[in-house]
Amino acid sequence: MKGYFKDKEPKEFKTRVFFSTVLVAVVFFLLAVRFWQLQVLDGSYYKDLSENNRIRSVKSPAPRGIIYDRSGIKIAENRPGFDLYLVPEDVTDWVKTKVMLKDLVDIDSAAVDEKLEKSKGRPPFRAVKLKEDLTWEETVKVESFKFETPGIILDVTPKRHYLYGEAAAHLIGYLGEINEGELQRLGERGYDPGDLLGKYGLERFFEGHIKGIDGTKELEVDALGRKIKVVEFSPPFPGNDVTLTIDLRTQITAWNAMREKVGAVVAIEVDTGRVLAMVSAPAFDPNKLSSGVSAEEWERIIKDPYHILTNKVIQGQYPPASTFKPIHAVAALEEKAISPHAMVFSGPAFRFAGRDYRDWKEKGHGNINIHRAIIESSDTFFYQLGLKVGVDTLARYSRKFGFGEPTGVSLAGEKSGLVPTSEWKKRAYGERWYEGETISVAVGQGFMLTTPLQLAAAYAAIANGGTLYRPTIVEEIRTPMGGVVKKFVPEKTSTLDVSPETIDRVQKALRGVVMDNGGTAHFLERSGLRIAGKTGTAQVAKLTKRVKDVRTVAYMRRDHAWFVGYAPFEDPRIAVAVLVEHGGFGSSAAAPVALEVFKAYLAEDESGKGPVELERTAPVAVKAGFTQGALDDR
Amino acid sequence: MIDRRLIAHFDWVTLLITVSLVTVGLASIYSATHTKWPSFYQKEFYWLVIGAGFMFAAIIFNYTLLDRLAYLVYGSSILLLLSVFFVGSSMGGAKRWLDLGLFSLQPSELSKLALIIMLAKYFSAKNVPQKGLGLRQLLIPGAILMVPFLLIAKQPDLGTAIILWMIFWSVILVVGIRARTFAGIILSLGAMMPFAWKALKGYQKVRLMSFINPASDPRGSGYHVMQSKIAIGSGGLTGKGFDGGTQGKLMFLPEHHTDFIFAMFAEEWGLLGSLLVVTLFLVLVVRGLDAADNSKDRFGFFLAFGVSAMLFWHIIINLGMVSGLMPVVGVPLPFMSYGGSFLVTCMIAVGIIINIRMRRFIF
Repeated sequence: MKGYFKDKEPKEFKTRVFFSTVLVAVVFFLLAVRFWQLQVLDGSYYKDLSENNRIRSVKSPAPRGIIYDRSGIKIAENRPGFDLYLVPEDVTDWVKTKVMLKDLVDIDSAAVDEKLEKSKGRPPFRAVKLKEDLTWEETVKVESFKFETPGIILDVTPKRHYLYGEAAAHLIGYLGEINEGELQRLGERGYDPGDLLGKYGLERFFEGHIKGIDGTKELEVDALGRKIKVVEFSPPFPGNDVTLTIDLRTQITAWNAMREKVGAVVAIEVDTGRVLAMVSAPAFDPNKLSSGVSAEEWERIIKDPYHILTNKVIQGQYPPASTFKPIHAVAALEEKAISPHAMVFSGPAFRFAGRDYRDWKEKGHGNINIHRAIIESSDTFFYQLGLKVGVDTLARYSRKFGFGEPTGVSLAGEKSGLVPTSEWKKRAYGERWYEGETISVAVGQGFMLTTPLQLAAAYAAIANGGTLYRPTIVEEIRTPMGGVVKKFVPEKTSTLDVSPETIDRVQKALRGVVMDNGGTAHFLERSGLRIAGKTGTAQVAKLTKRVKDVRTVAYMRRDHAWFVGYAPFEDPRIAVAVLVEHGGFGSSAAAPVALEVFKAYLAEDESGKGPVELERTAPVAVKAGFTQGALDDR
Repeated sequence: MIDRRLIAHFDWVTLLITVSLVTVGLASIYSATHTKWPSFYQKEFYWLVIGAGFMFAAIIFNYTLLDRLAYLVYGSSILLLLSVFFVGSSMGGAKRWLDLGLFSLQPSELSKLALIIMLAKYFSAKNVPQKGLGLRQLLIPGAILMVPFLLIAKQPDLGTAIILWMIFWSVILVVGIRARTFAGIILSLGAMMPFAWKALKGYQKVRLMSFINPASDPRGSGYHVMQSKIAIGSGGLTGKGFDGGTQGKLMFLPEHHTDFIFAMFAEEWGLLGSLLVVTLFLVLVVRGLDAADNSKDRFGFFLAFGVSAMLFWHIIINLGMVSGLMPVVGVPLPFMSYGGSFLVTCMIAVGIIINIRMRRFIF
């Protein structure tokens, strides 16, 4: 039956095939009409365009996506600016043109040649960008001399503007001209020589999202290469907008508190990992860098002794010093190396293998338990604890807290820090591990290195009861039409798997650092913000004597100052890590900066007023001086 | 196998059209590339020889063989498409090619034929209700389309994906579809548009945008289209003569030996040349439809119809694109655009048409 049906001559389709044939004929007829229109009706117009090569092609860069803070305040936007283009095929008199270029916009002949060389592979009559973002005077000059300079075209394109400049420099990043390597890698994606792209920070990391798709303008020009009209405009397609998790008010406060120092501040939301502020000082001016800096200026920036182009929050690796004691305390308590109530004699120095390991406090701490040892930041206590637990077990706990590997934040070049183990020592140095080195590691010195972001994330985990979140900077990416491309969800890196009692004990100790008498950051109690945290003083150089007044020590030999903490301690919302390079003592140099950050974030939260005054204010008067002279601890 | 009656009924006209188109194509490729890439037209010539071999094979074997081999052909085309993702070489950001040493193969081209053969087999054995296909009857043919379609869209190769789509709907419409089902599908596709939009790559989005709003052309394709229009228009009535085109030569016209080869040709041969090629294509497609109409069985009908639809959509989309009537989607022109896999595909297609035409009187 089936076979019969299959072999039947298909007659039922006759009508449909007939209609198909008619349709095909009609469509082909329309095509023929179209060719007649192009080749005969408008033939002479196209002939003219073809013979005189009257079409110039100018790239029309897409406006980059706008970057907002968490509450929708613009941090980076676009403004119109003029670019200067040259169509080499239209230049009649090169000598004159080059002289004019030098006079009008100060581009010398060598620079012109270099740009032309770079864009050798372009299609003919495609304009070459000579100068980005002319000043108003330059624009006027070029425009008024346009009859004498055939081949020169001005065009308006969107330019990047960073509203808060240095305050978010490392975070947002800046733009720069594409280099050869990038061009080879990205040429397929529509980049041409002379194009700008994100070189640093979020601008770089999210380049693919922020860039958008460039368009082109096909300009019809007259015999002298002057624009007559735009014959084809392929409009650019704007990049995606990015909303950050950053709280601009906190960010700017952090910058103001840091701007005269060298170091890093990072604040994260305790139970999500959202980054609220990220500041590295000294900073660069992204507006200046993005519009092209001179070679000398660039030289100055990269040779700066304070490493302007390093984002110290993620790339600065420092010994965590005493800020690491709470993490070691967790290791000791969990491993039952010490009971929470055990009293240990913690004198002025601990003698081991014929050497004295000093405590920061000349008189020592006497008999204290672990709670007190964290509050007073006793070194001799932790020397003994460290030896008892052993370096490899300490390292295991450090790794649980995320140390020793990058946090995975959306920024390029994040460093992993270093959690030393005996095995690592063997690999790196071909040497066995010495117990004396365990003593250094026990107080966060020696080989141990962390980034400020790692510390902030670890403290957030202590604050939230034991969950380590991946720090995130981007809340949401949207298309220009408003469609959500990517939405932030808190991402757990791991759960610490530490007993609630241990976490509770460490939390209480961190609270004691601020609230109890003798706590190393007791002065923060006065703020009324219910801060918990830990100070730290990381040794840079071995000092032979105890130092009372840091000003007597050469800057580069001064210790780094740390403060890491969270607030409010009953219901923690924000964790902050502050590092001041060569700042001296943690409590006096770093803690006041942290206090400003806590204040900015928590005050805003409580008053519900939302962000106030975001104009750049003068730096807060926390100078490198030491007003709290009484605080001589670390 | 070779019956005297077959030779008596051999379709010399279709063969002649093919030879003419291929000659015009090779000449255009020569003109477009001989100064810059002297080996291109030779390569194309080798492909032509390979294509002729396949075409010969497609003519001499009885096409009902394809009915029996349909699963094999379809299955291996899917495997080839899958293999592209693992061992394919990428060009221009898309993984489309299989590198076979001497030459590279583009499996998405062969999948066009595989889809046609598979659909022909399916519908030839299917009793279609008088009212036409309902939604339920569309499930299996829909799946036959979607597997290669999605694999190709993923490469991404928007042009080929569109061609598969058009072949499918041409066949469905000739089989017959219930008016209500058809309207429903159009409506739901319309509703799904915003979601499909998200899945598209950036450049595909902009290209599609320009389809909806012709005034906005994407970057690059605005340039292509303008230069293509100038090339075609400047050819005038009689053209600039063989090898006399300037637009293509000066590299104003990108991809002038592949997707935009017709602009190059029209510049050199003028309206007369354009009309000649358009007429040749028209006759080819009409003969293909005629082969379907007169085929002695259902399989032959669907095969001939599908193959004609494939050629038709290629021609219309490509010529519409180069003349600025349609968005730039990267669909090559049969027999003329540079590219081996596609040339072979088209020659097999014509072979199939000739095959069906000459066997229609033999039972």
